[in-house]
Amino acid sequence: MSKMRESVIMKIHYGTALAAVALVAVHILMRLTLNFAESLEYENVIANYQFIPYAGMLEIILILLSIHGFNGLRVILLELKQGKVYEKAVSYGCVAAMVGLIAYGSRTILMVNMGMV
Amino acid sequence: MAQVSSIAEEQASTPLSPSKSVTLRIARFNPEHDSERKFMEFTIPYKKWTTVLDIILEVKKYFDHSVAVRYSCRQATCGSCGMKINGKPMLACFTKITELDSDVITVEPMNNFPIIRDLAVRFERLFESHHKIKPYLIRDDSEITSNEKEFLQSPKEVEQYIQFANCIKCGLCNSACPTMATDSSFVGPQALAQAYRYVADSRDKGKNSRLKIIDESHGIWRCHFAGSCSQVCPKGVDPAMGIQLLRGYLLGFRS
Ligand code: HEM
Ligand code: SF4
Ligand code: FES
Repeated sequence: MSKMRESVIMKIHYGTALAAVALVAVHILMRLTLNFAESLEYENVIANYQFIPYAGMLEIILILLSIHGFNGLRVILLELKQGKVYEKAVSYGCVAAMVGLIAYGSRTILMVNMGMV
Repeated sequence: MAQVSSIAEEQASTPLSPSKSVTLRIARFNPEHDSERKFMEFTIPYKKWTTVLDIILEVKKYFDHSVAVRYSCRQATCGSCGMKINGKPMLACFTKITELDSDVITVEPMNNFPIIRDLAVRFERLFESHHKIKPYLIRDDSEITSNEKEFLQSPKEVEQYIQFANCIKCGLCNSACPTMATDSSFVGPQALAQAYRYVADSRDKGKNSRLKIIDESHGIWRCHFAGSCSQVCPKGVDPAMGIQLLRGYLLGFRS
């Protein structure tokens, strides 16, 4: 991971942002099918997660923005302070946090679909 | 005869302006024994073409010789006299009092450079970064060994890089750059603009090795398009554009 070229990482950073613009637009349009209060009702939330194409899209948005956001955080932290140990900690810490967040978000989607809620 | 009298008339109608005075505030700081920066104030007369460097030298001549300032050419060529003038990085020899439109002129050392004393700063980091990007033509043959004798370029090929070849290594761009302010390992706009200067030169064959050098965690990607470098460059180099053009190679838009 730390061997990855910075240009490859930044291509992923820009790519995930562009893909997120498209998918978040769909996400927002889907939200407009109900009014705000309704879309937060328990049954509607569960129904959304159980609608596999939509849940799949949410999962993809989760992955895209976790990659984008935590790489962005890595960039901010690298520019804030420098040092070999610190920079290694930042790089691995951001990857770990990214994996953690994706796992946590995926868990919600999976639990709904496995009938655990 | 008529001409002579018209010149005389013109001179009479624009008399040499009686010199006005300006307050010069000079930042004084010696890291060896001062804990903070202090300002010394001087009132100095100036004329239409007097530069900021002129009045600093006036202070050195008549008031306080110990003011530390670096300069040489006095004509925006050597890149020695960069400093913050009323808050903006500028060349002292290339900035006239009249253009500043202010009765008070504050001169401070450039940001993002370690201070030696007063207005003089250390350039090691700039020179190291500049050196790191290999600021010379890279190719196996030379003008001496090649049959052609000369590496000819068309005017169009010269146009690709000539603007970037005007860099005088004054460091104003690095001083204005917000990333330079926090990232002590950032390669900086000066070196990136020079990386572009050589990559874009049709005689050069070192593109890949240079792109590799700037494609690292404190390299080109730490530029966030602030554009301050290009605003302050006294030679019209436009480092910000050079950086975006270089990015084009790394993102696959140019080859
Ligand atoms: C979908 C719309 C988005 C677009 C088009 C987008 C685009 C970008 C771009 C181009 C950069 C690089 C800026 C630079 O290098 O100066 C960036 C940086 C960043 N992005 Fe996003 N982004 C989006 C959404 C998000 C979201 C939702 C988050 C939070 C999870 C986020 C977090 C960050 C962070 C932390 C940075 C680093 C800060 C910086 O470099 O300025 N972005 N984004
Ligand atoms: S690019 Fe311009 S501002 Fe930067 S060092 Fe060169 S001449 Fe000075
Ligand atoms: S004294 Fe040489 S650039 Fe100002």
